[in-house]
Amino acid sequence: MAKEVINIQGLHKTYALDGVQVHALRGIDLIVNQGEYVAIMGPSGSGKSTLMNIIGCLDVPDQGSYWLNGQDVTQMHSDTLAQVRNRELGFVFQNFNLLARTSAVENVETPLIYAGISKAERRRRAIDMLQRLGLGERLYHLPNQLSGGQQQRVAIARALVTRPSLLLADEPTGNMDTATSAELLALLAQLNQEDGLTIVLITHEADVAAKAKRRLILIDGRLENNQ
Amino acid sequence: MNWAAALQLALKALWRNKTRAMLTALGVIIGVASVIAMVAIGSGAQQRIAEQLASMGTNTLVIRPGSVTRGGVRTGAGTTTSLTRADADAIRDLPGVIAIAPTVRAAVQLRYRGTNWGTAIEGVTPDYISVKNWPLAEGEFFNEQHVVSASHVCVLGQTVARELFGLSNPIGETVVMKGLACQVLGVLSEKGASAWGSDQDDSVFAPLTTVQRKIMGVTHIDRVEVQTAGREATYQVMKDVTQLLRYRHRIMEEQPDDFRIYNRAELAKTSEESAAVFTWLLGSIASVSLLVGGIGIMNIMLVSVTERTREIGIRMALGARRRDILWQFLLEALVLSIAGGIIGIFLGLGGAVALAKFSNFPVSITPWSIILAFSFAALVGVFFGLHPARKASRLQPIEALRYE
Repeated sequence: MAKEVINIQGLHKTYALDGVQVHALRGIDLIVNQGEYVAIMGPSGSGKSTLMNIIGCLDVPDQGSYWLNGQDVTQMHSDTLAQVRNRELGFVFQNFNLLARTSAVENVETPLIYAGISKAERRRRAIDMLQRLGLGERLYHLPNQLSGGQQQRVAIARALVTRPSLLLADEPTGNMDTATSAELLALLAQLNQEDGLTIVLITHEADVAAKAKRRLILIDGRLENNQ
Repeated sequence: MNWAAALQLALKALWRNKTRAMLTALGVIIGVASVIAMVAIGSGAQQRIAEQLASMGTNTLVIRPGSVTRGGVRTGAGTTTSLTRADADAIRDLPGVIAIAPTVRAAVQLRYRGTNWGTAIEGVTPDYISVKNWPLAEGEFFNEQHVVSASHVCVLGQTVARELFGLSNPIGETVVMKGLACQVLGVLSEKGASAWGSDQDDSVFAPLTTVQRKIMGVTHIDRVEVQTAGREATYQVMKDVTQLLRYRHRIMEEQPDDFRIYNRAELAKTSEESAAVFTWLLGSIASVSLLVGGIGIMNIMLVSVTERTREIGIRMALGARRRDILWQFLLEALVLSIAGGIIGIFLGLGGAVALAKFSNFPVSITPWSIILAFSFAALVGVFFGLHPARKASRLQPIEALRYE
């Protein structure tokens, strides 16, 4: 039996948007095992981002349980949540979210700073990770000196440099042309295949989701299987 | 996150906005520099006043005969002859009295060979120069033996020496006053004008007894200068002298004093206190600019937090705790204020030294003003940096990430 990375039961989330109560998640049950590559699809407004934020420990549910690697994260203090994000999770965002005017290598080093890693070790691991992702020549480039695909690979390097147990990708190809998008998806597939990295990918594009091993659809705050 | 890493982040963030950082620090630089320069000017003035007071001889009381009322007619101050050498000797024995200088004074025409000069002769005792804090320029002062034997000797003030002798050496020469030939023993150093504007150097000094008996033919004295153990002792001595003289002069309970006591320590204290107030005033005005500099830091840090909301969100997503964000922004404010403080110290010191050099205004650099200005700058950094830093650390990660 594979180790459970995510175990979500009966998750509900309601938030207020301009004074209107939005019931974004209405009872989500989800189990993701180690080594899985799961795509969650859904039209906009289906609660994808809300689910992503909760899985990413950036937000807490109103109801239901969420166990990440056997830890109940719904009861955690914000400092502990920060530590969980730092150690267990890697984020890849649609708009890359790299630190502006900060070199690629320094961007990748950032999570290691909060992990309390020494300066020399930070630099070594960041360079190592960027080289693995084919950015060995671009270490000291600033984000605006890199193409979209390169920026997203820096973001992936930053997500993976802490050796997380789960990579969360939120519309990672949303801002890319088809060729770069295909390249990136191939990279994710490779990381899943070769390193056994657990990936949860959120997208509204069916062809992106098609690359995942397991596909789920989120409609009106509920998950449905779509094998 | 360790301190070195946090400090590095702060420095990098400031470096990315060099101009803005420098302009923000400028507020603190000007504040600290002006505190130091202003306090230096104030304490310089204070010191000069203290020096002037010391040259006047502080811790001294002057006792002069007062007015008396005879048959309804009140004579003016200093017109009675009630004060005597015996009174002065009694005062010398009071506790808290270090030395006394009884003086009798008369106008005199001084002759030396073909020239003459009208001046004042003062009959004094050897303690006079120590009580007045008035060193000799050359020669020597007369001693107790000269006073006992009413010797025909004298010491000249600078003005008198210049008028009678010009550039030649007066020591050992004989000057004549009221038919009395006196040998010049020494010349006093230059004292300058008194606090009341008279030329103190335009006097000639002879033993008290010589002036009393052989020049004026009197037995009273005009004044007694009393040197006390210190400013605190002065007030007790004043009370004791009043009691003593009333007793010695047999003054009835309801009758007024026939003498007056002038307290120079009072004058000194007032002048020094007003100079200290002046220093504080200058210092506090300058502190206001330091405060304004601090508000500048807060302003820029608030702008910076808003601008970097997204960065804060990213850092939180990557594992920054609230206190990591708090320290990052607080350290930026601290670096600004401390760097500004250090530059301000040098600028303030330089300004004070330049002012002293070019304007001849006395400045005195006091270590406490440097320490005070610097700690105040650091405090300003913490105080005005804390609010923006807290604001940054309290952002919600998802909202910060969504911020455009």
